[in-house]
Amino acid sequence: MATLHSRASARLMLSPAVLLLLAWMIIPLCLTVYFSFLRYNLLMPGEETFTGWTNYYFFITDPSFKDAIINTLTLLGGVLLITVVGGILFALLLDQPMWGQGIVRIMVIAPFFVMPTVSALVWKNMFMNPVNGVFAHIALALGLQPYDFLSQIPWASIIWIVSWQWLPFATLILLTALQSLDQEQLEAAEMDGASWLNRFWFIMLPHLSRAITVVVLIQTIFLLSVFAEILVTTNGGPGTATTNLTYLIYVQSLLQYDVGAGSAGGVIAIILANIVAIFLMRMIGKNLDA
Amino acid sequence: MARAISTKRKAINTVAAWSLGFLIFFPILWIAILSFKTEIDAIKGPLDVLSAIWTTESYSAVQERSDYLKHFTNSVIIALGSTLLGLIIAVPAAWAMAFVPARRTKDVLMWMLSTKMLPPVGVLIPIYLIFRDTGLLDTRIGLVLVLMLINLPIIIWMLYTYFREIPGEILEAARMDGASLGKEVLYILTPMAIPGMASTVLLNIILAWNEAFWTLNLTAAKAAPLTAFIASYSSPEGLFYAKLSAASIMAIAPILIMGWFSQKQLVRGLTFGAVK
Amino acid sequence: MSIKRTLLGITITAATLTALGSAASAEELTIATVNNADMIIMQKLSPEWEKKTGNKLNWVVLEENVLRQRVTTDIATKGGSFDIVTIGAYETPIWGEKGWLNTLDDLGEAYDYADIFEPVRNGLSVKGSLYAVPFYAESSFTFYRKDLFEKAGVEVGKDQITYDQFAQMVARVHDPDNGIYGTCQRGKAGWGENMAFIGPMVNAFGGRWFDMDWQPQLTSEPWKKAITYYVDLLSKYGPPGAPANGHNENRALFADGKCATWIDATSAAGYIYNPKDSRVADKTGFFQAPKEVTDKGTGWFWAWALAIPSSSAKVDAAKDFLKWATSKAYIEQVGESEGWVAAPPGTRASTYANPKYQEAAPFADTVKNAILATNPADPTLEQVPYTGVQFVAIPEFQGIGNYVGQQISAALAGQQSVDQALENAQQFAVREMTKAGYLK
Repeated sequence: MATLHSRASARLMLSPAVLLLLAWMIIPLCLTVYFSFLRYNLLMPGEETFTGWTNYYFFITDPSFKDAIINTLTLLGGVLLITVVGGILFALLLDQPMWGQGIVRIMVIAPFFVMPTVSALVWKNMFMNPVNGVFAHIALALGLQPYDFLSQIPWASIIWIVSWQWLPFATLILLTALQSLDQEQLEAAEMDGASWLNRFWFIMLPHLSRAITVVVLIQTIFLLSVFAEILVTTNGGPGTATTNLTYLIYVQSLLQYDVGAGSAGGVIAIILANIVAIFLMRMIGKNLDA
Repeated sequence: MARAISTKRKAINTVAAWSLGFLIFFPILWIAILSFKTEIDAIKGPLDVLSAIWTTESYSAVQERSDYLKHFTNSVIIALGSTLLGLIIAVPAAWAMAFVPARRTKDVLMWMLSTKMLPPVGVLIPIYLIFRDTGLLDTRIGLVLVLMLINLPIIIWMLYTYFREIPGEILEAARMDGASLGKEVLYILTPMAIPGMASTVLLNIILAWNEAFWTLNLTAAKAAPLTAFIASYSSPEGLFYAKLSAASIMAIAPILIMGWFSQKQLVRGLTFGAVK
Repeated sequence: MSIKRTLLGITITAATLTALGSAASAEELTIATVNNADMIIMQKLSPEWEKKTGNKLNWVVLEENVLRQRVTTDIATKGGSFDIVTIGAYETPIWGEKGWLNTLDDLGEAYDYADIFEPVRNGLSVKGSLYAVPFYAESSFTFYRKDLFEKAGVEVGKDQITYDQFAQMVARVHDPDNGIYGTCQRGKAGWGENMAFIGPMVNAFGGRWFDMDWQPQLTSEPWKKAITYYVDLLSKYGPPGAPANGHNENRALFADGKCATWIDATSAAGYIYNPKDSRVADKTGFFQAPKEVTDKGTGWFWAWALAIPSSSAKVDAAKDFLKWATSKAYIEQVGESEGWVAAPPGTRASTYANPKYQEAAPFADTVKNAILATNPADPTLEQVPYTGVQFVAIPEFQGIGNYVGQQISAALAGQQSVDQALENAQQFAVREMTKAGYLK
């Protein structure tokens, strides 16, 4: 289908995007890599000296580094699990005949529209706060001791908050994919005696695989750099329980004003993200092909 | 072949769905309720809060203190501007990748997505320096550019997915009928791709509206959008639950309303994308 | 015809000159500030200054940590985004020394520099030059519930008590079955949050952050004693969720009547004493923050001040605003329009000499004494190479203070022992100081 003529014009059409993204990526990336080799403290400008791999060394041997990596990956896994499984369940439910489907749909989608900082603040202050929060009041009403979510299970609490924000997105995409499923195929299988579970596993799930891929890919991109929620709720604590890689970079470059170390962290974050991306593409990339 | 669904089954579905939906929606409902209470009442237990008096004093306090209109206008300009600019660049790119696939197309796509994986915190200083030198600090243009760049990969990628759904034969037929490239894109491609483009546009507007890192760090007073408006009420010296709730409602209401009216569009676009 | 032309010419010239004239004096200033109650009042009253001078103010109001990060980024990169910034007693000496701020010694006779309390002036100066004018200043003292103390038969004398005595008092008024917790203290991690309280407490126990060779002292005896005391006190007599409670949360708790005692900022007194905001306005008393083995550095010192970055091009207009916002006249105005209890505290002797202020704020003298007793230049039992009571005025302190705060917060949450927390803290501090070049 593609003639030589259209190949050339295709390249022309592609070039603005590629050039822009290239510039956007290359310029800050180069600066970041450059800074990562400098001893550059924001508060002492003009005193930068070349320092080789020191920044990388310090960043990796930072006692928080290991925790940050683990936290980053557990958040990714946790939220993906909750949103994909939850999204499928919600989609299955919303696909059923009922009254007022439109309203339920908008209720389920709503959290996606709320700013991450606002969601985090609302959850932290109005729900999870052990003195004034709704959960605390409910616990007291039931005669239980209020539970301090953000001190006792901080990372799980944040995973929950982030999942709440992304569940609507996953549900929406999975629901629309579900609604395009061919009913006849399902009914034929049912008449052949297939149980619901079999029908789900062998017919519905494969059909949803592309939608699941879309959800996983887009969410991964955002989940790797979750930041606002942590900043607003726990500031990375207690200890390093809620510090992920992005937050660690923030601590280094903006709290300690060590731009060199923060830049080194940034480079490491890109490497990690690319590893995750390659891994993901290997696993589910084939689903993208029609 | 519609099978008869029992009313009982339908009722169960309705109850189940509504309960779950309500649970998910509850935090937002709660903010809305709190925004109409006084500060002292806002931190009480749920029953006390519900029975306390309703008031609009938080809204008026917020309106008095911060310029909602200015922030709102900035948010609109930035969200729409970055989306439009992104579309102009992304449509040709996605077209090229969808209809003239090369061996490396997949890799290019993945590379574009990977540019999104650079944590903004890590590049704040370099970007800040560049903006300072080019005079883009605290300008709406500057923000439009940055937000366009960070969302461009998503726009291209979603458009690519939708364009691939369009049967190539139709385009070929048009070409054989003598249509030029421009005509092909404009009269054939665009109408078929509108649902997909619509949902991409909507998603991008939401992402740009809620973006809270660059919009806070690259603006001061002139170009500050609603994210900065909210930031001035958060975690302050003195809990401002009621005012924060009022400010939040004022900030998310436009997007929520837009989402409500366009949900059919959003759904149709995504459905179109998944239809075989 | 020529008359018409002449008239036209004159009109146009006049109009142009007027436009030019007003354009020359109409500046637009960008001001960055914290969203504290006092600053919000300043924002509310500022249209008056705008009308008087024809200048316009563009406000950027943010939460303290975000503001600090934003302003520091801009000032360090000479971004020039702000003409007036609100900074604290921590940044002022550091930035002043680097030449990032304009000096403010030329605001005129009428400004009356001598009226400003000496510790406050010193805290915002470097080598005798003032780099920021104080908007409000605070120290720390102990809030207590007079009614609960009376009920439990606890007496409060005039002398400064020790932390041991304090713990005994607290034990007697602790009544969780009736929703009263013996004491509420900051537990939320942060160099300006829990460490602001813990710092002076460590000073009282005879501890210090660094010795004269900049070696961190976090595993020394005074630190161990102080932190063990802190964790014990709050675990036994504090409210649930203490590790997540910062200043705001505790203030709400105290105002709601749930705490019997609270050691925190003097600037919160206005709020606690205001019946519109607090349920215990008429039941609250104040006494000095406790000592232990020494009374040095037992009350902290903090001031929020207005400064002008050296990158600003509108220094004259900015100075005019600074003069207005921290003048006696401004304080008068706040007193008259918002109520004297809301007047910016801790800066000028004239405020405290004003009978109207004394009447509206019975805590005024205690606050004044607390502030006058602070001495950031000599905060500890043993000698130190730094200044600062509850912070250390070096750029590296933010990161170190935050990390130590995290560790102690985790210890309070029961996730690690006090010894482990201090061990981690010490290692981190040594690492950072080595990285920064203080230690070899």
